[in-house]
Amino acid sequence: MGVRRWVERWPLYRQLTGTDPLGRGAAAKSARSLTLTARTDTADSVARSVCPYCAVGCGQRVYVADGQVTQIEGDPDSPISRGRLCPKGAASKSLVTSPLRQTTVRYRRPYGTEWEDLDLDTAMNMIADRVLAARDETWEDRDDEGRPLNRTLGISSLGGATLDNEENYLIKKLFTAMGALQIENQARI
Amino acid sequence: MIVIQGSNMAEAHPVGFQWVMEAKRRGAKVFHVDPRFTRTSAVADAYLPIRAGTDIALLGGVIRYILDNELDFREYVVAYTNAATIVTGEYRDTEDLHGLFSGFTEENASYDQSSWQYEGAEQNIPPRDTETQRETAAGLEHESHGAPVGGDTQRDETLQHPRCVYQILKRHFSRYTPQMVERVCGIPQDKFLELAQAWTANSGRERTSMLVYSVGWTQHSVGVQYIRAGAIIQLLLGNMGRPGGGVMALRGHASIQGSTDVPTLFNLLPGYLPMPHHADHPTFDEWVDSIRHPGQKGFWGNARAYGVNLLKAYWGDAATADNDYCYGYMPRMTGDHGTYQQVLNMIDGKIKGYFLLGQNPAVGSAHGRAQRLGMANLDWLVVRDLFMIESATFWKRAPEIETGEIVPEECRTEVFFLPAASHVEKEGSFTQTQRLLQWREKAVEPPGDARSELWFFYHLGRIIRERLARSTRARDRALLDLAWNYPTHGPHAEPSAESVLYEINGYDVASGRPLSSYTEMKDDGTTAGGCWIYTGVYADGVNQAARRKPGSEQSLVALEWGWAWPSNRRILYNRASADPDGRPWSERKKYVWWDAEKAEWTGYDVPDFEKNKAPSYRPPPNSSGVAGIAGDDPFILQGDGKGWLYAPSGVLDGPLPTHYEPVESPVRNPLYRQQANPARKVYTHPVNTLNPSPPQEHSDVFPYVFTVSRLTEHHTAGAMSRNVSPLAELQPEMFVEVSPELAALRGLSHLGWAHLVTSRAAVQAKVLVTDRVTPLRVDGRIIHQVWLPYHFGYEGLVTGDSANDLFGITLDPNVLIQESKVGTCDVRPGRRPRGQDLLDLVVDYRRRSGDLVHRYPPMVTTDVADSSSDQEA
Ligand code: SF4
Repeated sequence: MGVRRWVERWPLYRQLTGTDPLGRGAAAKSARSLTLTARTDTADSVARSVCPYCAVGCGQRVYVADGQVTQIEGDPDSPISRGRLCPKGAASKSLVTSPLRQTTVRYRRPYGTEWEDLDLDTAMNMIADRVLAARDETWEDRDDEGRPLNRTLGISSLGGATLDNEENYLIKKLFTAMGALQIENQARI
Repeated sequence: MIVIQGSNMAEAHPVGFQWVMEAKRRGAKVFHVDPRFTRTSAVADAYLPIRAGTDIALLGGVIRYILDNELDFREYVVAYTNAATIVTGEYRDTEDLHGLFSGFTEENASYDQSSWQYEGAEQNIPPRDTETQRETAAGLEHESHGAPVGGDTQRDETLQHPRCVYQILKRHFSRYTPQMVERVCGIPQDKFLELAQAWTANSGRERTSMLVYSVGWTQHSVGVQYIRAGAIIQLLLGNMGRPGGGVMALRGHASIQGSTDVPTLFNLLPGYLPMPHHADHPTFDEWVDSIRHPGQKGFWGNARAYGVNLLKAYWGDAATADNDYCYGYMPRMTGDHGTYQQVLNMIDGKIKGYFLLGQNPAVGSAHGRAQRLGMANLDWLVVRDLFMIESATFWKRAPEIETGEIVPEECRTEVFFLPAASHVEKEGSFTQTQRLLQWREKAVEPPGDARSELWFFYHLGRIIRERLARSTRARDRALLDLAWNYPTHGPHAEPSAESVLYEINGYDVASGRPLSSYTEMKDDGTTAGGCWIYTGVYADGVNQAARRKPGSEQSLVALEWGWAWPSNRRILYNRASADPDGRPWSERKKYVWWDAEKAEWTGYDVPDFEKNKAPSYRPPPNSSGVAGIAGDDPFILQGDGKGWLYAPSGVLDGPLPTHYEPVESPVRNPLYRQQANPARKVYTHPVNTLNPSPPQEHSDVFPYVFTVSRLTEHHTAGAMSRNVSPLAELQPEMFVEVSPELAALRGLSHLGWAHLVTSRAAVQAKVLVTDRVTPLRVDGRIIHQVWLPYHFGYEGLVTGDSANDLFGITLDPNVLIQESKVGTCDVRPGRRPRGQDLLDLVVDYRRRSGDLVHRYPPMVTTDVADSSSDQEA
């Protein structure tokens, strides 16, 4: 290799003489990085999404390969965020792929000292039993003057500000039909 | 100009803050008011340090400055606000009553609002019993637009009548002088004047200013009045309904706006319809009339249609005119059923089961110990989350285990942890802070047993309905008749989120055609729709929230990105951006205007007005509802079409904002004898001990003020950040920011330990000595403030004590939000004690502060002399 070619391979030289004075593109490339492709190029699909943290609503593009999230980036099309994400939004891939995520049902029996495993179907049926029992035990038909109450104060719920509108709608609809009034979320806090 | 107060926008809403910086680049002045110097302050043109909990005194000072110097935008104020409206002669102001308004009843610590009414309107609408309104957080109904007033009002457009709102305002705020602002808030007078001058200079015909707040304003026992005070300034200066103006509430969670609109809140139904109250709304007609107020102007006049459509969406074919659309199925409120009342009821053993849906009250709610003790006294708890949060593991990891207050072997709560799907593993819409609905596509399947809430609630409902299928009990009809047929797909039978959105939007019952506007809703059962303010999001059968036309291909208003309620309007009340004749106030601030040739409203946004109602339209006598709104009444949801400087009803703690001290304050209120909000919501429960404040004795036991807020790298109660390694690594530890002066005073060393003590808890944190927090001179003495982040808990990659454990529970009376932005404490060097020693420490503080017998601060203090003699001069 001649000296000239050797010098030309030096990133600082290319940065000073080439078309990339900030050294953020072509000048910084090495032989190895030239052979790499971005995860965003090899994705099988891209979902248009929205950051799940604060209420600014920054646009996200979620890149997927082989059924796994491989990258989450800011959506440059968004007139709100213009492609930017803050540290939390930028950590969204780490959020959804975090090894600490729980993926199975866990159960703690009364007076228990450890978690146990439980099948999802069993859990759903156990919860339905408990909801119906709590509702029956605490049901109030009418007040002292005979006016309708149609309710249970034996059941409470908290949550919704991190959920979707459609989810909040079904939660409120089901609980209201059940007579469960004590439904609250972060908006109260 | 942009005024940011009660918000650290640069750190808590960083990407939104880029627009503040864009505006600054184009010449806008940025002011930041906050107890602590933050990154927002660092890039602002001016920073005003303020004593936590005194914002109304500052804002009142600005209002007085505007009125005294007649700097209001007079044409706007006369035409569009209730400045000219005359108030009944019965009204007495805080000026007359040592800080109380007329109508206060000591017995139940609440106001009878009849003396606040407009002249001649007293008999029109009997105001609801205020105590009931407080219990049911009635300030949230109608999203606080359109509390009852009589339609026709008496006005003096010269603003000279001694009982017109303008003159009442002048008198009410006359005490809020620059000297008083300095004395209450600790803000030097020249700093205050700089703010007041810039705000007024940058408002008017040619210029507008914007006000930005977050929970630094809402989480106070006078929180609603903070926002009222900001709104008064913005109305006086003509900054409402105009580009570059407004009062921006920056909300903290992806869909917290959505969960208020389509509420998971005890006192609301979708679209801000009130949950029925057993005494006020026994029948359907009484319920509807309480919302539409027959005879009143504005869009709430169609409330019957909104109500019928909701009930039709809930109960489908079973809901008919003959059975009042199944109104009889609705559960009824009898009082306060809010989250804090619930927690106290849990401690008292009154609640059997609790669902936690992506929320972590053990860390995120005030008085963490009460939260955990409540959860430890349930029959069962269902936690649905991405991570194993503190609220799921309290039975073996809570601080109360160490103190012996919770013993696993004696704790009966049965806990189900069900893993939840993340935002990329389900489709659906968020509604963000700007009322914008944005649809998310699903990227991948959720792992393992993880499921969406849509799945969980749809299938829970299905199972329950199957169990009850043969029931003949009346109470089960509401479940059995429920319209619960959503199409499902995929291996787990996931319900279709779009079909739910379609129901929320509303449709024609016979043809199934989606409605395009709430004005199409009928009150005869021929249409159904789950949330009237969202009607149009599925117009033409197209999911409008999924629209993604690039911002670069649209105007700045970007009407084709997502969909904003109502009717895709991006600025509410934008009729006010034009003058009464429908012409833009100025070329610079042109936004929506009347096109006389086409006889319609037009502009850059969707006009927030009936499209063809001319500016010259005057309602015929005795008209009500939408027809009662004149062509120059921009505030179309208000009962008089005007922006309210003065609230003749609907705000439970007074028609005008008044500075009260926080419930826990080291200072006697310098403005009035009345110390704290006399109408605040109080819980007298053994667990809810409060620190004393003047005029009570022993407030010196807790001499320092503390406040809490967010870090950029963490998210609220921490589940979504302390379990995410890059974020945990960036902010690994609980800390407290103290001034060099306080550090010297209390012997704290930088990077050493300190603990804070209140009558609820002691919390330890690493010490960060910094001049970001500065001692303030208040009413002749030095007040030290400290700041903590509130994200930490005992689970996750990084752990620490929870700042929210320090707070007691006292709420704003209008919306039942807790005062968790300010409290008093002691600060001590070193780590806190553990186990029994910790309990002993807290008990010792309570003994020294005279609180062991639960002496609650008195509601009314007007019979106790003021802090100094110059008050009544
Ligand atoms: S990226 Fe940051 S600013 Fe944007 S929505 Fe997410 S948390 Fe908020």
